[in-house]
Amino acid sequence: MERGESRREFLRAAGGAAAGLGLGAVLTVRPARATPDEMKAAIARVAGSARVTRGRVTLELPPLSENGNTVPLVVEVESPMTPAHHVKAIHVFTELNPQPYVVSVRLGPRAGRARVSTRIRLANTQTVVAVAELSDGSFWSASAQVVVTLAACLEDA
Amino acid sequence: MANALVNVPARARRGEIIEIKTLISHPMETGYRRTQVGAPIPRDIIRLFVCTYNGVEVFRAELHPAIAANPFLAFSTVATESGTLAFRWTGDNGFEATESVTISVD
Repeated sequence: MERGESRREFLRAAGGAAAGLGLGAVLTVRPARATPDEMKAAIARVAGSARVTRGRVTLELPPLSENGNTVPLVVEVESPMTPAHHVKAIHVFTELNPQPYVVSVRLGPRAGRARVSTRIRLANTQTVVAVAELSDGSFWSASAQVVVTLAACLEDA
Repeated sequence: MANALVNVPARARRGEIIEIKTLISHPMETGYRRTQVGAPIPRDIIRLFVCTYNGVEVFRAELHPAIAANPFLAFSTVATESGTLAFRWTGDNGFEATESVTISVD
């Protein structure tokens, strides 16, 4: 009788401990993705106290992408690209990838035109933002929404 | 050794804006994936790409894991003088690759 009770108590205690561990594990697991707030923070880190205005930047992305592992991206900024007025940098951010950063390019008047293209990964259907830094210290941006059918980063190696 | 492909016109007129296309073979392992037994795969990416025109830097790109495998970059530069365009990719695990092409400007 006594033995039975101690076994029951042991099981109850063990169950409680296991549940506690399980709950702890659930609370500590953080999804591997950034949030729109992290993207805003990343943009603020680039722009500092300057205001980021919409416009002047064209962001070309397919509205629907079947494969998030390689999505073509083109960023173009309206600028005369002279030593006095040119684009200094272009940054691309995503909302829901594991990190908000995608690419940062530095260019100058010797580029002739401010146009860059590459291929990116998208982990989800989400908004992509391009921010351009001009030589006069102003920041301009554009955003595009991409629907992703097959997400990047999910397949096993 | 990584395989790099660079496309630059061989000849250009002075002052012409030329397009440069580059492609390099690299897995761009994000560091967020796991093997089938659950072990994390460490990050292995190209972090920096720099293009110089006769020794002067004209373009630079900082890459992050969100750049697709085999990074492709296309950009432009003004053909100012005949000479060499040099390209350099550097990244994790001591990765380094260089490529250069000559251009004649008249």
